[in-house]
Amino acid sequence: MSSADTLVRPPVTRRAPSTRLLRSELRLLFGRRRNQILLVVLALVPVLVGVAIRVSTGDAEPGEGPPFLDRVSGNGLFLAFTGLATVLPFFLPLTVGVVSGDAVAGEAQAGTLRYLLTVPVARARVLAVKYGALVAFALAASFLVAAVGLVVGWALFPTGDVTLLSGTTVSPGAAVWRTALVALYVAASLAGLAALGLAVSTFTEVPVGAMATTVVLAITSQILDAIPQLSWLHPWLFTHQWLAFADLLRDPVPTGAIVDGLVLQAGWIAVALAIAWSRFTTRDITS
Amino acid sequence: MTAAVETAHPVGTPPRTDAAVRTTGLTKRFRSGQVAVDDLGLLVPRGSVMGFLGPNGSGKTTTIRMLLGLVTPTSGQVELLGEPIPQASARVLPRVGALVEGPAFHPYLSGRANLVRLDAADLTVDRRTSTARIDAALDRVGLGAAATKRFRTYSLGMKQRLGLASALLRPRELFVLDEPTNGLDPQGTREVRTLVRELAAEGCTVLVSSHLLAEIEQICDRVTVMRAGRVVAAGTLQELALLARPSVVVETPDLDRAVAVLRRLGASSATPDDDRLRVRAELPDVAVEDVTRALVRADVAVRGIGRSGRSLEELFVDLTGEGFDVVG
Repeated sequence: MSSADTLVRPPVTRRAPSTRLLRSELRLLFGRRRNQILLVVLALVPVLVGVAIRVSTGDAEPGEGPPFLDRVSGNGLFLAFTGLATVLPFFLPLTVGVVSGDAVAGEAQAGTLRYLLTVPVARARVLAVKYGALVAFALAASFLVAAVGLVVGWALFPTGDVTLLSGTTVSPGAAVWRTALVALYVAASLAGLAALGLAVSTFTEVPVGAMATTVVLAITSQILDAIPQLSWLHPWLFTHQWLAFADLLRDPVPTGAIVDGLVLQAGWIAVALAIAWSRFTTRDITS
Repeated sequence: MTAAVETAHPVGTPPRTDAAVRTTGLTKRFRSGQVAVDDLGLLVPRGSVMGFLGPNGSGKTTTIRMLLGLVTPTSGQVELLGEPIPQASARVLPRVGALVEGPAFHPYLSGRANLVRLDAADLTVDRRTSTARIDAALDRVGLGAAATKRFRTYSLGMKQRLGLASALLRPRELFVLDEPTNGLDPQGTREVRTLVRELAAEGCTVLVSSHLLAEIEQICDRVTVMRAGRVVAAGTLQELALLARPSVVVETPDLDRAVAVLRRLGASSATPDDDRLRVRAELPDVAVEDVTRALVRADVAVRGIGRSGRSLEELFVDLTGEGFDVVG
């Protein structure tokens, strides 16, 4: 008998890591009526834009209205990009702001936070699960808009080979693949905002305050980004490369702005999550 | 090779101490400067049912929050089941069922779905037994029929029951129940009392907070009384009853002889009333019948004899102040 067989093991009470809490969080997030309505409103945007173009007589001039608006009547698949470009400045930040601002503050206000923490769930794990669910929500929101855009565009307009912004022509299948990449990039852009919202959410027991603050952050960042005199600040703004997804519609893809945007998001996520962690792990839960 | 000896005692298990809850010098000063808990020493022996009594705002809930690691003490230590909190929270808290400052659940989820969420959060339970444990907890608090209704439609009493069900999701060693009968009707109150007795009979330790003495008197064997963040009295109910200083009143025409007998029995004071018909003596340790026997043997004519004294409730009011002056 080897010595390993006689080794006395301490009692293991903790089981293997489990995704049960994350799945529970996703059910909570996607099952909530308010969040479902937010997603429906988002999905309506490409429908609205598509119908508006379809029923209008005059073609849009290039540069008029939301990006790529003039291309939609030529190829319906562009409606996915137009839809995303339309919701990106306001509707998507609003949705992500509401959901992320509510993440911790909502549970604090309802009092469910104290029961979650006494289960016990480690506070860092609460944050990780909350953030994971928020990223999933951002992914769902951007893919939903892209998918509805593709379907409505395909139904209302001629489709076929897609002429990219660089003039190259790709097959519809390749265009759908690029649409998925664009949706991924948009979700990554929102991941930074979601982290900021989560951080704000750890500072208050008033979810509405956290939601409003997060949305205001997104809008302020975009306003600052539009002021040329502040160009030194622009590379640091988390919204700065949000529209760089258009580069994914060129061939070959110029990766500079895309990579910049992803690095920028990673930096903001790291900072925001660090703030959230330092606040939440030391905070007195008195609600 | 596989015939390894599995019966050896587990290594790394800290020695069991006799205290389920022990705090030393526990103090919480909030950033506002308010001292909610001040140098609190709380001891709950294993297996006891401890009443945690005090008027609203006396620091009971803040203490409970510190016990459970929700609030960080400004100074002092907390030990739960022999291990330090918050350091050992992950190991200890699964063995503690808690109800903190009223039930709180997601309003748009059903009662059952709320329990599923809490069970999903627990890394130390067996998920395969989840359904059975949740059903058992719901049945035990009488919520089985309303389990699928949304929490927001629950009455206050049903919400309280769901809170208790969440504490019963798994076997526990210690229950910390903050005002568990709040909002319950008399029937529900009685059920909670029965539940606490059952838990105690199973060997669990229970710490029940309340601002109502009657409540505590019926289910607890020990009491800690708090006022303005400090412990003003602690002990068994009997010990507390002694604090209430019961006295014996003897109605007799033989006043002087009666006083002499009472003094001999150990009365610290034995004074005749103004109308010289009765004598009142503080004799906490002597039963009335023994006093009667001694008086009769001494040939004192006894017209009447009885106990009089402050009730526990009066003592409680004396200890904690009248109800409405919340100490800030």
